[in-house]
Amino acid sequence: MIKIVKRDQPSRAIFFFTPVLAIFLTLVAGGLIFFILGFKPFEALKFFFIVPIADKYGFSELLLKATPLCLIAIGLSFCFKSNNWNIGAEGQLTFGAIVSGGVALLFYEQEGFYILPIVILAGAIGGMLYASIPAILKTYFNTNEILVSLMLVYVSKLILDYLVVGPWSNPEGFNFPETRQFSESAKLPLLFEGLRIHAGIFLALAAVVISWFVFYKTYLGFQMKVSGFSLKTAKYAGYKGKKMIILVFLISGACAGLAGVGEITGPIGQLHREISPDYGFTAIIVAFLGRLHPVGIIFASLVVAITYLGAETAQIFMQIPKYTGQVFQGMILFFLLASDYLLFFKIKFIGLKK
Amino acid sequence: MIIDINFIGLIIASIMASAVPLILASCGELITERSGVLNLGVEGMMIIGAISGFALMTVTGSLIIAIFGAMLAGVLISTIFAFLTQTLITNHVATGLALTIFGIGISAMIGKNFVGIPGKEFPVIFEGLKDTIPLLGPILFGHSIVFYFAFALPFITSYFLKKTKIGLIVRAVGDSPESASNQGINVRLVRYACILYGGAMSGLAGAYLSMIYTPQWIENMTGGRGWIALALVVFSTWNPIKILIGAMIFGGLTIIQFHMQAIGVRIPVQFLTALPYIVTIIVLVVISRDSRKIRLSTPSSLGKSFHKDN
Repeated sequence: MIKIVKRDQPSRAIFFFTPVLAIFLTLVAGGLIFFILGFKPFEALKFFFIVPIADKYGFSELLLKATPLCLIAIGLSFCFKSNNWNIGAEGQLTFGAIVSGGVALLFYEQEGFYILPIVILAGAIGGMLYASIPAILKTYFNTNEILVSLMLVYVSKLILDYLVVGPWSNPEGFNFPETRQFSESAKLPLLFEGLRIHAGIFLALAAVVISWFVFYKTYLGFQMKVSGFSLKTAKYAGYKGKKMIILVFLISGACAGLAGVGEITGPIGQLHREISPDYGFTAIIVAFLGRLHPVGIIFASLVVAITYLGAETAQIFMQIPKYTGQVFQGMILFFLLASDYLLFFKIKFIGLKK
Repeated sequence: MIIDINFIGLIIASIMASAVPLILASCGELITERSGVLNLGVEGMMIIGAISGFALMTVTGSLIIAIFGAMLAGVLISTIFAFLTQTLITNHVATGLALTIFGIGISAMIGKNFVGIPGKEFPVIFEGLKDTIPLLGPILFGHSIVFYFAFALPFITSYFLKKTKIGLIVRAVGDSPESASNQGINVRLVRYACILYGGAMSGLAGAYLSMIYTPQWIENMTGGRGWIALALVVFSTWNPIKILIGAMIFGGLTIIQFHMQAIGVRIPVQFLTALPYIVTIIVLVVISRDSRKIRLSTPSSLGKSFHKDN
């Protein structure tokens, strides 16, 4: 007999175990999907998860993809912890990239140590500005932040499209939808010769450290935690709800904007139509998989980054469609949410009584 | 300049045609939300419906199998959502997002072999009557059966919620699951049914796009319509008749955009494309500003999990 019993208290051990379980279940289900599609499951999984990171170059690519995911997810964890559903990080990333790209273009024929910090700052400000729209509409006009932040994603991509096709397109670029190349001073330095990994990774690591400090060592972190558990309690305790909502949106907008800066001033070095393969949406999964914990998010961003690389490798070597990456991402979140059941409920196996 | 009155009729008809998927998906989601469940996976269910309908049409050649198959696909994918949120009591928002990401991925995976295949012509009814009445002729006649169903659906939904016993049960479950449960209503079962129904309607909305409106399979072809459908439910303050009005406004924005481009208005095309999204935000702000009204019309338990201890 199986009996399901409610736990008196959510289990702490299981809290950190379920993400691992979710990843395992995703691999099993993924293998099954490969089998249905007519591929050898183990071979496909190997091409998906092991081959892409087997060498130095692959590992650098992994870090390259994990950097924006980690950065955005850290920002989102501020929102999600305090019960604010910002799902438009993709838009904030795009707008941050637009603003910082615009600034970088202003300096396109200049060199100087001061350029890069200005470009980076511009990206953070751009992301904050864009995130402030759903935040202000939520706090002062009672508008659903989920829908607003999402609609703004479409708008930001259209603004970018307009700019790179129209006023910002490279005058010597034969009408390609892209801007001029930024000057060397506006680019994030590469860390190793021949690899694409760049200094943006330090931005992500700084975000991890700062967020850990804010979450666990400051009054703001405590307020966010209480608001996340119960908005009523937060109100009762007299927290300034509106100020906090705007603050967490600004933080997550800044992080997304910085991720945008990393994308355009890193390996690409210019603005063009597709600056992000939906990092902003995937980072939502990363945030949850990392349990909204800074260290958890580092691991989660590495795991989820593999799905991007794996999808590319599997497409090249086995002609597996590249969208399998998204399917895996969706499944990870499904399984993670499902295994959360174990947090609150115990499954007991009871022997048949005589 | 003489404006052909039938041309105006044709424009109105094209606005109505672009409103169809929004009406279908919104009316489905409205029932789901009325039972207290917030399913943000509309976009994912729609795109699954779109590819399923198109693929079944190409493979079997039967339009009926394709339409019902797309609805069934919507039901199947929403079963995942129902199982997670109702049986495993997961967070509605996160589960809905997962459904959308998963749906877009799966649809692109299945759709790989169907890119570039031309669609079939979908039969229209009352074609002969189109020219009998000026203005109204093109509006009323010569559309697909799905079109007529979509415009009847808000009225059927309204009647269902207000006048039938099952409709009352759905509302009771959404407004007060505890008391509904005490009255002996199986809350979980009702919510399961409402989620699956929402899936079926989103599936149909997607099939309409890929089989009748466009008609071909393009990756990511729903292009945010699922999200606009969700916004329409808020816009309607959970009243099905108002969905009709909202959907016509958004249909109008889409169509006007084509015509403005055609007559060469000097506005960047990207701005016109962004218009429906911007207007959605503005409309949401205007509607939601009156927080008292929103609170009165929102199903009280919307998005909250309900678990009955055995």
